Amino acid sequence: MNITVDENRCVGAGQCVLAAAEVFDQREEDGIVVLLDADPPQELAARVREAAARCPAMAIEVAG
Amino acid sequence: MTGTEPAARTQPMARTCPFDPPPEYRTLREEEPVASATLPDGLPGWLVTRYEDVRAVLSDPRFSSRRRQIRIGGDVPKDAPVPPPAPGMFIMTDPPEHTRFRRLLTGQFTVRRMQQLAPAVEQIVAERLAAMAGAEGPVDLVQSFALPIPSLVICELLGVPYSDREEFQRNSAMLLRIDAGPEEVQQAQQAMNRFMHRLVLAKRAEPGDDILSGLVSSGGLTDEELVGVGGLLLIAGHETTANMIALSTLCLLRNPDQLDALRADPSLMDAAVEELLRYLSVIQFGIRRTAAEDLELNGQQIKAGTTVVAAIQSGNRDVAQFPGDPDRLDLHRTYRPHLAFGHGIHQCLGQQLARVELKAALTALFDRFPTLRLAVPVEEIPMRDDMVVYGVHELPVTW
Repeated sequence: MNITVDENRCVGAGQCVLAAAEVFDQREEDGIVVLLDADPPQELAARVREAAARCPAMAIEVAG
Repeated sequence: MTGTEPAARTQPMARTCPFDPPPEYRTLREEEPVASATLPDGLPGWLVTRYEDVRAVLSDPRFSSRRRQIRIGGDVPKDAPVPPPAPGMFIMTDPPEHTRFRRLLTGQFTVRRMQQLAPAVEQIVAERLAAMAGAEGPVDLVQSFALPIPSLVICELLGVPYSDREEFQRNSAMLLRIDAGPEEVQQAQQAMNRFMHRLVLAKRAEPGDDILSGLVSSGGLTDEELVGVGGLLLIAGHETTANMIALSTLCLLRNPDQLDALRADPSLMDAAVEELLRYLSVIQFGIRRTAAEDLELNGQQIKAGTTVVAAIQSGNRDVAQFPGDPDRLDLHRTYRPHLAFGHGIHQCLGQQLARVELKAALTALFDRFPTLRLAVPVEEIPMRDDMVVYGVHELPVTW
């Protein structure tokens, strides 16, 4: 898996953290997405895709 | 059809079941997913009713968030341009203006911060339940439980004295009535502004450890903007969640099989909250946008300046997104993203707080009162058909 996040698009809704807290976090100061693991283990793939689908700002891309 | 003359169809407003949107939405989804319609305030507009199209509208910058709010209590100038939003009313702005406000606030409502707040919310819930338990006879769950919880929480977060609740709850309720007249709206708005302005001055003189103090001392906003943002957060912070708590309670009481399933397996609560959000969709008239240019949506030509209703209440019942029977409350439903908090860059800022509050309130309520039941026939419960945020005006319960 290869995940990329776009901080400029991110609106800090937190949907990705709800879906996969092992992979996504939010910056303390402004709630913007922090990518913890760009290539997480395969067993997280479904939840990573859910995070991308839930993101209201389409700020998460998942390849592979 | 140019989209500028009123259409024969009007936006469906009449429910036939207290938990379902008007039945015409199903027909619209199936037969005319982007439909011209006369809106309740007489404006010509478009109803967008399928899940995918609602998402498309809410994430497309060609649909501006500057819009006319739904009002049926007075004459609406139909050809006048959309008025500019009041200062600080950033939910009705577009980037970069919107971004400036949103970025100031998102750090305050992160998943982590809201989850850290959970014990304090649970404490507030427990206190309200203890007060309820001491009462004799039926109580109104709205006034004794559903409204105080989010009001207390948002007051604490924003730094608003809860003792002032009568004033801000009254003005807030007026602003959410779709049939409020122009003068009533103006008076309530001015009263809310005066209330927030006093608070802004107080925070400047003596800052506290709260969001409003933080915004004041950041120096990035004018007083007018602070007043607008403060009022917006205060209203949004208590009205929506209060109505979700009360309506969810009624809905679970009317779906005893689902309530039993939840009691049997408390780990269902997170899924239950999402399903209740989807199923009840309390932003009952949808989310308005204004076409910023001439554009095409699903084969329909929409003229610049026209109001478009992204009908989240309909999209959340779209079988293409929610397979099986989307008109059934099913706490075991496989999670799929819903539209209850909107979509796009304006998606609800306080959604993580709402989740924490709903979970705490519903868990403890049914725990504390296992025999909770309606104290009046369901037909006698006054529904909020007249409010921007759906729910119940009162919910008499006993146990």
